[in-house]
Amino acid sequence: MPIESAMTARREIPGTPIFDGSAAQKGYALNRMCFSFNDKANRDAFLHDEDGYCASYGLTPAQRLAVADRDVTAMIEAGGNIYYLAKLAGIFGLNVQDVGAQQTGMTVGAFRQMLIDGGKVQ
Amino acid sequence: MSRIVGGVATSHVPAIGGAMAKGLQQDPYWKPFFDAYVPTREWVAKVKPDVVVMFYNDHGLNFFLDKMPTFAVGAASEYVSADEGWGLPILPPFPGDADLSWHVIEGLVAEEFDVTTCQEMKVDHGFVIPMGLLWPGDQRPVRAIPIAINTVQHPLPSPARCYKLGQAVGRALRSYPKDLNVLVMGTGGLSHQLDGERAGFINKKFDLFSMEALIHDPAALTEYSSLDLVELAGNQGVEFLMWLAMRGALGNSVKEIKRNYHAPISSTASALLVLETEEQPDLQLTAA
Repeated sequence: MPIESAMTARREIPGTPIFDGSAAQKGYALNRMCFSFNDKANRDAFLHDEDGYCASYGLTPAQRLAVADRDVTAMIEAGGNIYYLAKLAGIFGLNVQDVGAQQTGMTVGAFRQMLIDGGKVQ
Repeated sequence: MSRIVGGVATSHVPAIGGAMAKGLQQDPYWKPFFDAYVPTREWVAKVKPDVVVMFYNDHGLNFFLDKMPTFAVGAASEYVSADEGWGLPILPPFPGDADLSWHVIEGLVAEEFDVTTCQEMKVDHGFVIPMGLLWPGDQRPVRAIPIAINTVQHPLPSPARCYKLGQAVGRALRSYPKDLNVLVMGTGGLSHQLDGERAGFINKKFDLFSMEALIHDPAALTEYSSLDLVELAGNQGVEFLMWLAMRGALGNSVKEIKRNYHAPISSTASALLVLETEEQPDLQLTAA
């Protein structure tokens, strides 16, 4: 791609958040907190005092609200990256299908069926 | 001189690691998936690799957004698995080959791939699951060199660039003076998307097309941009970049040993492709 179009054209892919430099700046505090959840001691600290733990990472009000609401779509809108958010979702016992169902507004059963149907296409 | 014996591209869905830890390989849901790896392991035993070079992507274990390398080459004497936050067991370390790592790094930088070098590198499910599929349990009969390609934060490297990276890695490996058999791996994919309203997206037609093209006409796939791959294969289906890098290392002519497509595993269209190298191309520096 010519450098001019690579740097100026912002491509929209429907339903698909692109985690670029803009999102990376916006979501830094939230993603940094989620990265800390690789350590069990930090997961335990979050569970013990969620408010205090979020405050120590300087989450924005939108990020804090999204975490309080367990709202993955809002976390992504606030700059969250799905790979880091998965570590937070794991604390709540949510797997990628639960998270997928939540973002698509489907039941987990309907979401799973959609995946199965996707694998059956001829 | 070292030789490249072939390549294995495979999905690395975390649920596979969970199933291996729980011993579910014969479970009806998992059996069609795991069965494809039985002949693969037989082929691996036949070609006897001493070293595996694996293109994979880190998912927020070793790298954070404070410093995010586009291409990072492991240069450690061993690589450790670690807690990723959601319950996969921590496995015994994987032995490295630092001498060969530095040879590859020298070759890459000489060809203007200015890579990040890592004397410490935690390896996540993108690395340990494919290793466990080929060498189950705690056995560690091969040394490994992980090469991480950024798929976390855009802009991602282009398919053409990843293919050329693979070609350069292939040239470096073939110029290593020790007599080693090297297996090249690429992990991740195929189509899947975990985030956004399009979560759950699977594109079987594109997956089957890209597996076929990867064997016979990989250069055609380098016409796509990374965002094209996102659109066609999903936000995380872009991990196909690892498959392209692997294919680049193998040279022009390959023989198909095994192909499997099984969708879905968890939220991902899983796939396996095993290719044997048919010739050892010369070392001249040709562009893709």
